[in-house]
Amino acid sequence: MNVSLNSAAAPQTLVDKIWARHRVTTREDGQDLLFVDRHFIHDVTATAFDMLRARGLKPRSPNRIFGTADHYVPTHSREMAAVNHPERRTMIEALRRDATESGITMFGLDDPRQGIVHVVGPEQGLSLPGMTIVCADSHTSTHGALGALAFGIGATEVAHVLATQTLWQRKPLRMRVTVDGKLGSVITAKDVILAIIARIGVAGAVGHAIEYAGSTIRSLSMEGRLTVCNMSIEAGGRAGMVAPDDTTFQYVSGRPYAPKGEEWDASVAEWRALRSDEDAAFDREVSLDAGDISPMVTWGTTPEDASPITGRVPDPADVADPDRRESMRRALVYMDLVPGTALEDVSVDRVFIGSCTNGRIEDLRSAAAVVKGRKVDWRVEAWVVPGSQQAKAQAEAEGLDRIFKSAGFEWRFAGCSMCIATNGDVVAPGQRCASTSNRNFIGRQGHGARTHLMSPAMAAAAAVTGRLTDVRRLMEA
Amino acid sequence: MEQLDRLEAVAVPIATVNCDTDQILPAQFLQKLRSDDFGRYLFHEFRFGKDGSEVDDFILNRPPYRPGRILVANRNFGCGSSREHAVWALYDYGFRVVIAPSFGDIFLANSLKNGLLSIVLPQEVVSAEIARLEANPGATIFADLDEQKVRLSDGSIRAFEVDPFAKTCLTNGVDELGYTLERLADIDAFERRHVGHAA
Repeated sequence: MNVSLNSAAAPQTLVDKIWARHRVTTREDGQDLLFVDRHFIHDVTATAFDMLRARGLKPRSPNRIFGTADHYVPTHSREMAAVNHPERRTMIEALRRDATESGITMFGLDDPRQGIVHVVGPEQGLSLPGMTIVCADSHTSTHGALGALAFGIGATEVAHVLATQTLWQRKPLRMRVTVDGKLGSVITAKDVILAIIARIGVAGAVGHAIEYAGSTIRSLSMEGRLTVCNMSIEAGGRAGMVAPDDTTFQYVSGRPYAPKGEEWDASVAEWRALRSDEDAAFDREVSLDAGDISPMVTWGTTPEDASPITGRVPDPADVADPDRRESMRRALVYMDLVPGTALEDVSVDRVFIGSCTNGRIEDLRSAAAVVKGRKVDWRVEAWVVPGSQQAKAQAEAEGLDRIFKSAGFEWRFAGCSMCIATNGDVVAPGQRCASTSNRNFIGRQGHGARTHLMSPAMAAAAAVTGRLTDVRRLMEA
Repeated sequence: MEQLDRLEAVAVPIATVNCDTDQILPAQFLQKLRSDDFGRYLFHEFRFGKDGSEVDDFILNRPPYRPGRILVANRNFGCGSSREHAVWALYDYGFRVVIAPSFGDIFLANSLKNGLLSIVLPQEVVSAEIARLEANPGATIFADLDEQKVRLSDGSIRAFEVDPFAKTCLTNGVDELGYTLERLADIDAFERRHVGHAA
């Protein structure tokens, strides 16, 4: 037997390595039972706990589970009394009840660590390189930015993880998206991921785990990588990941739940091996040149409907595929846009800066740099909703809240807010919103709401001009 | 969930590509508990007007399609949010089978765990079937899980793949948690030697 030679002869990708370290057993049909290191829960998990209760079961590993209230929390107040909708109140209270009954640590409405689960996990050092991480939320792909295998699951799967700390999964195909080169001025991680989705389409990574690589990805901050991995699901990819490096280790170091002392040193040594082998094969490879990426904005109702801000609303008549042509036509009707219109000529009613995609401190800094010394256009209602109470506190320590407020922005408490509009923060029917969130789906920000996705800097530019605007013209003057 | 074996039913075509789970079940209904009838909220944004009245020309409101239990959808059906509520909405309405050229990964997993059989057929086959169903309201499809075959509205027979484990669960109306619970000792042993990161 020459096991070491065999393993040396089989180069592995990052996802292969993490997968192998978590495989408990394999079923006859080829699915692997994966051990789950970290399970995040939030205030849409009540049904999964009900499923567990119905079978007389309890969470197996409460110490591996952490909760935070994000979908239903009010962002104008921290009082439960402000949750005046009985069903929403029930959801928040169910999280507290389920967590307390099982001994699960939970960051509630009154906790300074509360925030959107995908902001809080990395921020608290709960999401670490090499982990398997799940949550009943498709944007769980976010945590892959730390070099973890993280993906969203449904309620039945949540109940399965609660009961067994495992999940049956078929190993995904491997896809590498390489971005090389230097990004232009004011061009951000959000523009990178929107450019990737515009290139490969919203189904471009279905069945795949995406590994993001290349010099552009390497030079992104941790916040930027979290933004890129967050929107992997918008390309159909269940997971997105970046191999951990010094940027990762510096970010994780010293966070509340991160390993300390000797354990830290041992962990870093182990994490350094978490990278795809030089000659590892991917099922699909895509490359982009950073120099070709412009500030991006969406014009339609799926995230692949994205164009450089310098472009125009496309004409469905130019598209050969009949299904795609029809979906574009419907999207433009919903968005009330006419083909050929310059994107910069589209006016906006609302601006939303926040979400698990772009609610971190770096996002708030980037938007504040644009807003500083300017005023929100009188026709626009503009909000900043930090992704976590920690990000909010940090921004306030840096004086960013004063910049936003004096410009006319509302400065609110942390939560999912207008990204999914389940807490009552909605865009009114027919209103057009410049949003830093992740989905421009029909009705996503409210019935009849029209969403344009973009970076925090671009959303800030739209706030001060009242229309979609190439932020470079504000920052390079 | 009900056992699923053979079903002949009215088929409903949804031509929209990339029909996301926000369209299938809007987020405002995520706050409902599973005991609710999610069928009432299926495709809510399109099916009902602002005053709650039915939108006449939406496909599920057209009389021949109302008894539909088989959905024929376009590519990347169920992309987006992981909400299992989207599957519950289809199931509670009465759908037991969804045929499409491709599905969002999470939707596919959720559907098979909830008694909703997702069948992948080639794009050209699905596109032609959608056109036929639009031209012939009330036409039926026959799905046979045991044989892994469907008879489309033009009488043509197509074979489909289904995960064998999921097939057993669907056929017997059981879930996989019971199966895993019998392996808790393996999980405990794994965790003891696991070099991961305990909290």
